[in-house]
Amino acid sequence: MNFDDTPEEAKFRAEVRAWISANAPHDLDEDLKKSGLAGLRLPGRDIMAESKAWQKKKADAGWAVPHWPKEYGGRGATPIERVVWQQEEGLYNQLAQPFAIGQGMCGPTVMAYASEDLKRKYLPKLASGEEIWCQLFSEPAGGSDVAALRTRAEKADGSDEWVINGQKIWTSGAQYSDYGILLTRTDPNVPKHAGLTMFIVDMKAPGVEVRPIHQMNGGRGFNEVFFENVRIHDSHRLGAVNDGWNVALTTLMNERMSIGSRLATGFPEIFGFVADFQLPDGPAIDNAAVRAKLADWAVKSSGLRYTAFRAISSLSKGERPGPENSIGKLVAGVMTQDIAKYAMELEAEAGVLTSQEDAPAAALFQNMVLNSPGMRIAGGTDEILRNIIAERVLGLPGDVRVDKNVPFNQAPGR
Amino acid sequence: MNFDFSDEQKQLRDSARRFLEKQSSVAVVRRVLEGDEGYDRELWQGLAEMGFTGAAIPEEFGGAGLGYLELCVIAEELGRAVAPVPFSSTVYLAAEFLLAAGNDAQKKNYLPKIAAGEVIGTFAYAETAGEVTAERIKATVSGGKLSGTKIPVADGSIADFAVVAAQSGSGLGLYLVDLTGPGVTRTVVDTIDPSRKHARIVFDGAPVEQLGSGDAEAVIAAVYDRAAVLTAFEQVGGSDRALEMARDYALERIAFGRQIGSFQAIKHILADMYVSATLARSNCYWGAYALSTGSAELPEAAASCRVSATKAFQHCSTNNIQVHGGMGFTWQFDCHLYYKRSNLLALNLGSLSVWENRLIARMRARNSARDAA
Amino acid sequence: MNFDDTPEEAAFRQEARAWIAANAPKHLKEELELSGFGGLYLKSEDPMQAGKAWQKKKAEAGWACLHWPKEYGGRGATPIERVIWGQEEGVYAKLSGLFTIGHGMCGPTVMAWGSEEAKRERLPTLASGEEIWCQLFSEPAAGSDLAGLRTRAEKATDGSGDWIINGQKIWTSGAQHSQWGLLLTRTDPNVPKHKGLTMFFLDMRSPGVEVRPIRQMNDQRSFNEVFFENVRIPDNQRLGPVGGGWNVSLTTLMNERLSIGSGMPTGFPDLLDFAMATGDVDNPAVRAKLADWAVKASGLKFTAFRALSALSKGETPGPENSIGKLVAGAMMQDIARYAMDLQGEAGVLTNAADAEARGKFQAMALRSPATRIEGGSDEILRNIIAERVLNLPADVRVDKDVAFNAIPTSGRK
Repeated sequence: MNFDDTPEEAKFRAEVRAWISANAPHDLDEDLKKSGLAGLRLPGRDIMAESKAWQKKKADAGWAVPHWPKEYGGRGATPIERVVWQQEEGLYNQLAQPFAIGQGMCGPTVMAYASEDLKRKYLPKLASGEEIWCQLFSEPAGGSDVAALRTRAEKADGSDEWVINGQKIWTSGAQYSDYGILLTRTDPNVPKHAGLTMFIVDMKAPGVEVRPIHQMNGGRGFNEVFFENVRIHDSHRLGAVNDGWNVALTTLMNERMSIGSRLATGFPEIFGFVADFQLPDGPAIDNAAVRAKLADWAVKSSGLRYTAFRAISSLSKGERPGPENSIGKLVAGVMTQDIAKYAMELEAEAGVLTSQEDAPAAALFQNMVLNSPGMRIAGGTDEILRNIIAERVLGLPGDVRVDKNVPFNQAPGR
Repeated sequence: MNFDFSDEQKQLRDSARRFLEKQSSVAVVRRVLEGDEGYDRELWQGLAEMGFTGAAIPEEFGGAGLGYLELCVIAEELGRAVAPVPFSSTVYLAAEFLLAAGNDAQKKNYLPKIAAGEVIGTFAYAETAGEVTAERIKATVSGGKLSGTKIPVADGSIADFAVVAAQSGSGLGLYLVDLTGPGVTRTVVDTIDPSRKHARIVFDGAPVEQLGSGDAEAVIAAVYDRAAVLTAFEQVGGSDRALEMARDYALERIAFGRQIGSFQAIKHILADMYVSATLARSNCYWGAYALSTGSAELPEAAASCRVSATKAFQHCSTNNIQVHGGMGFTWQFDCHLYYKRSNLLALNLGSLSVWENRLIARMRARNSARDAA
Repeated sequence: MNFDDTPEEAAFRQEARAWIAANAPKHLKEELELSGFGGLYLKSEDPMQAGKAWQKKKAEAGWACLHWPKEYGGRGATPIERVIWGQEEGVYAKLSGLFTIGHGMCGPTVMAWGSEEAKRERLPTLASGEEIWCQLFSEPAAGSDLAGLRTRAEKATDGSGDWIINGQKIWTSGAQHSQWGLLLTRTDPNVPKHKGLTMFFLDMRSPGVEVRPIRQMNDQRSFNEVFFENVRIPDNQRLGPVGGGWNVSLTTLMNERLSIGSGMPTGFPDLLDFAMATGDVDNPAVRAKLADWAVKASGLKFTAFRALSALSKGETPGPENSIGKLVAGAMMQDIARYAMDLQGEAGVLTNAADAEARGKFQAMALRSPATRIEGGSDEILRNIIAERVLNLPADVRVDKDVAFNAIPTSGRK
């Protein structure tokens, strides 16, 4: 066990640090510091342009997606090097948000299932941020139960093309994506997991319509995506026909490989907040009740951090990170919500204010309280994550299933 | 002993619910949430016509003279309907301050208009972040003129008058201020629940009239205890509605071939919501009784129902979204109306930790008295 | 709404208070105040004798099971009067622990299903504490899933009409002290599990009954295993029809909920007193915790009172009263641990002579896990609330409409 850098790692870190210090967009420092969990805010600037510029700069110097192979736009870095990179990139990592799903989930799926041609065609531009990808799995009738999706893919008569009809929902970033990985139903006459197929879809293709969803916090990060007779060439199929569920598992597994990435919990933010905040009898940080709360969150936060580090060590040894990494979001989601509410509680009457100018801490916690319900749902609800831990980590049996081994078009609840 | 509302009070609840289902539909709430209107005028007028704004105002001041149990019943329904009206500011605070500290002329001037829905009142208290204390109030009255800044003031942008806490040569005092008069600048500020507008009010030599001459802090504490009970009823009404919405969705939504409400993971969330809502309701009944009888237990009962109902509403509104999944996070579904209101009500009147501290201080005083006896 | 006594109630309270002042075993008061959560720590007297003596005294003056009809040993009191009595009896009610199950569950079941003769023979001695009853429902393979029980009752082949019992019960509180037991058996294993059950009451001294106390994690022995080997029960001790046992058991469980006025202990008043004595009550962190528990405790109290008002109006208290134990059980556990935390290193001590608050919180910490399981686990109670109060659908069941002897179980796959 060694919580410090080895000499090689230290050298790597020094290199990273030097490059970042010479190249990062320091003019954004102030705004990036204020953003954090409240969402990226760069007043007077085009967030997408700033994000793409930083990603391009990294790519040119070989720092974009460092753990990918060189031929696909990475630098073949080790898992530890990747973590070192993330630690050093720090604040600026917020600029990589538009690429997170593409690089974290779509890229690895393409890498595992696409032809060499397609990999060379798509991955470098995905790495460099030139092209953005989204993931099209969830549907109105298939949220937690992804395999219940209904979007149809049918072979066009006498051609090598598939015709897609249906609707996806909760697609993050669809409004600015160039491509997507799309999970469809190709055979409704077999049980639900057995009739799915995965494709790469061009989001600019005729028949694709993206409609942003107005969220409760006023944001529009998620979308509905409608497909009407959208054509996809068979060469853009990922994996075998009707093997889409296995391909999707690769995607979801890779979601978990993004473990090194820092999961936001709100702890550093509230710790910073109470250090300055005054209660009637003195600084909040000196109040015993505040300390008891902070201590609870402090150990959860460090527990999550070191759980992630332990997973990196197993990854370094060639082990595949498994479902045990589901705890990250499960703990962080609720924690963010609790922290935000508590900070507002300390702010008391003024806690209701939400504009950056009026609200304490530039409305950071108010934004968190409005964002956090989404965190506990997106990418697997708390309940689904607990089921995953119970069933796939602890080995408990699955719930009684009434829809297994039943052809999809005869399953109950359709 | 009887721990329930009377049949007449239940009939009042039913008629309030019917009225609000029609007049405070989610379409109405959303119109205020998304617009600049400040409140729904038609609903406000309707509430006055129903006699609700004057429910607890004595008949000699133009009220219905019903009583506080009736007002509690109405408050619960307003909370259930997340009604977009300045009811709490006007009725639980402004009217109560007048009843507690006003002279006969002041009562005669304002209370009949409140009962008739002709004026909106509010209480302007907080100036900075954190628990409000007398020391933290910097607004000052000098020579009958008020100067200083109050933020956030619930319904401050639409109120006709405010009760303002301000310093003077003799310490903290309470003053009546005409918000439509000179020396008053009001700006709407963004809040966590835009269906209830708040304002920043800058007073610059605004003429005031003193409200009562006694210990202002004691009057504020007493009025806050009363308002806490009434607000807790709003919170309980909201909790119940959030629970119902979650229950209905759990019955309607199918996943894995089953109603999601048949999974224990969902059932247990709902059972826990029921538990917190029920405990809060029971505490509220205690608060209602203490409020209506002017019992010496009121400070303890008020803090109990405030703490219990704040927790319940936050718990139920949060889990209502969770049970709804992604749809619960959309603007289109109504879950967020309750989530936002729960976060607002948790802070108006002072936050949880303030009331928790108050509750235990009061229980300690009671036990000390018991031990001494 | 009226949280105060009516004049009649005040008069009743006065009468009860005067009688208690004149008759209660005041010499035990101090020890009783220190008892609770996991046992009666009477040193000066045998707890069983003290309990029986107080119950007898109450019975003679008409204060035993006061809500029961007079002819069965009660005084026909109203639900509110019963609560008033409970409030006035206060600490002396701790002496009645032995009779709780008999009075709260077995008695009402006999009252609902027994013959007039059985009622007149059995109930008065149960009310007066002369005879103690236990409830024999749970089995090793049938805990939360009570209807999965296997203890067999078969008609004797000698034409006597008697029933022959074979099997095993578990978690039977007080079986070692009981003269009578309420016994749920399986009479037909060839029908779905809820349909083949039959209820009896039996003399615990019958040949073939063996009681073995279970040593609990808190080193007490209040629960037992009870074994039945060819135990004979006359048919006139059957309660309800053959095959109707599930319905009869619902009466028992419903009556458990009727004991609502009594209220579950939560440990909160004890913690508040403790924190005041130590001065911890001045610490804001402690206050935040106390406030959370304070409002739960008062919420439970007034929830019980509200149910009482419903009962007074003739409504039957329903499954919503499951919240009492659900909240109180977890709370007791949390409170016990927090009180120990406040005691610092001394929190590990358990002996009354050494430990803070005479070890009451340590006893509570060791007893409370059982509170969250016995009489319906937290999980079962949440299911009850979800299904029977909120009307959510039942879980998918693999054992419904299946003959009992074809159902998979832990013991028989």
